[in-house]
Amino acid sequence: MTTLIVNGMEHPLDLADPRVTLLDALRDRLGLTGTKKGCDQGACGACTVIADGRRILSCLTLAAQCDGREITTIEGLESHPMQDAFMRHDAFQCGYCTSGQIMSAVALLGEDRAGSDDDIREFMSGNLCRCGAYSNIVAAVREVARHA
Amino acid sequence: MREFRYERPTTVAEAIRAVSEDPEADFLAGGTTEVDLMKDGVFHPDLLVDITRLPLRGVRRNGTMLQVGALTTMEELAADRTLMERAPFVREALLLGASTQLRNMATIGGNLLQRTRCRYFRDPAVAACNKREPGSGCEAVNSVARMHAILGASRDCIALHASDLAVALVALDAVVHLQSEQEERSVPLTQFYLMPGDTPDRENVLRHGELITAIDIPLPPEGIRSTYLKVRDRASYEFALTSAAVALTMDGSVIMDARVAMGGVGTIPWRGFEAEEVLRDAPATPDTFRSAADGMIHDTFTVPGTAFKVELAKRTLIRALTEVTS
Ligand SMILES: Cc1cc2nc3c(=O)[nH]c(=O)nc-3n(C[C@H](O)[C@H](O)[C@H](O)COP(=O)(O)OP(=O)(O)OC[C@H]3O[C@@H](n4cnc5c(N)ncnc54)[C@H](O)[C@@H]3O)c2cc1C
Ligand code: SF4
Ligand code: FES
Ligand code: FES
Repeated sequence: MTTLIVNGMEHPLDLADPRVTLLDALRDRLGLTGTKKGCDQGACGACTVIADGRRILSCLTLAAQCDGREITTIEGLESHPMQDAFMRHDAFQCGYCTSGQIMSAVALLGEDRAGSDDDIREFMSGNLCRCGAYSNIVAAVREVARHA
Repeated sequence: MREFRYERPTTVAEAIRAVSEDPEADFLAGGTTEVDLMKDGVFHPDLLVDITRLPLRGVRRNGTMLQVGALTTMEELAADRTLMERAPFVREALLLGASTQLRNMATIGGNLLQRTRCRYFRDPAVAACNKREPGSGCEAVNSVARMHAILGASRDCIALHASDLAVALVALDAVVHLQSEQEERSVPLTQFYLMPGDTPDRENVLRHGELITAIDIPLPPEGIRSTYLKVRDRASYEFALTSAAVALTMDGSVIMDARVAMGGVGTIPWRGFEAEEVLRDAPATPDTFRSAADGMIHDTFTVPGTAFKVELAKRTLIRALTEVTS
């Protein structure tokens, strides 16, 4: 039996078939569909979650590898200022990339890498936005970083 | 993905034994190559041995050597103070690779073993790929190629080794420590990778079941001038078209010692011994840099899609040398 600790709650998981990725476990087993599946191949960042304090891609992580690890998903953020800033800055269009963007941005603050717009762009580059909301995303992250 | 079994041994010896006993078993580190290629149907191990929790993680300084556990992540190594101070271009190579999410997952051992980005290798629907199916031919040579090698390449395979880190590390003569059921051995990174020749499926000297346990990075002398210059199609989050790792020891405007390696050009991370020869004891002038570039890039094998890289690679090296000396 594998145990995932997701947003502070323990979830025992039967992984008789270990092909289950963390992404699929979150979405299909735990019903946490806030984490999105974009490319499913490590290229787009839509599936970004925070594991033991670090942002990772849940689509290339096997659920079995996360046994005992603490995972935070978008559902685990309790009205984080970043969510508010994304709304006020209109930092999305279709919204598909947004939970990944926000998880990445929240982690970015912890990494202390939001010092300049160039840094924000560089260290957010693993999160693609097909709608091209980039300038508003940078504006949202910049604002929260300034007030952090 | 085909079905497989998953094991997570707690000791190095158990992990090595588990993979050694099963010819179809693979080690699993960060998974950013392994799981990716399993999803593509290129890899189909019947057993994955998760090594991420083995005690092979962390960076230690031992005199003039930086000892890096194979399971240290790219982000962890990039955050190391000694590396930052003494070999900043290695840090640059790390941080210019992939994305933060991937660097939090990807390990140093896994990075050195990442597989080529050749799209034909990554697509089992393509029949001709000598690297995936020995003897089947090479689709890249006959169709569209771009992100491919011009050095060490032949009609049999023009696949690039895409690691940025490996380029910086071959320049420093890093050493890879290996452990198998039979023995422990150390291999200089410059001898770790194999030229494709007519066996492009064999990429390095690692045997089945052999584990990379650590990588030693000899620290260059204090006061080197160095850079990792990466030229690519996008500003960030993209593999190199060409890249240059350069570390020079200068006395005034004369180059006393030089370490040079290039990425984006070779079937293996390409150390520039000839370029270093040209640079040593030479004045830091445009003529010197052009000669070094000519010493670096010659005897190329190009196809129409990669011919541009010959001049681009030379200019990349010249720019890197110009930047560090001015
Ligand atoms: C979208 C994307 C962009 C990327 N961009 C870049 C880039 O710009 N620059 C760059 O350099 N890289 C880039 N990469 C590649 C990435 O850095 C590698 O995939 C990663 O470093 C591999 O490490 P890992 O720990 O995830 O290895 P895994 O995927 O776990 O393993 C890779 C291979 O090595 C074997 N293995 C792993 N560890 C060991 C060990 N200790 N001993 C023996 N065998 C072992 C595994 O069996 C497997 O075959 C990118 C990857 C992706 C997905
Ligand atoms: S370049 Fe190498 S990896 Fe790519 S198709 Fe040809 S043989 Fe396969
Ligand atoms: S869904 Fe994981 S990176 Fe695209
Ligand atoms: S808002 Fe549509 S992909 Fe980013």
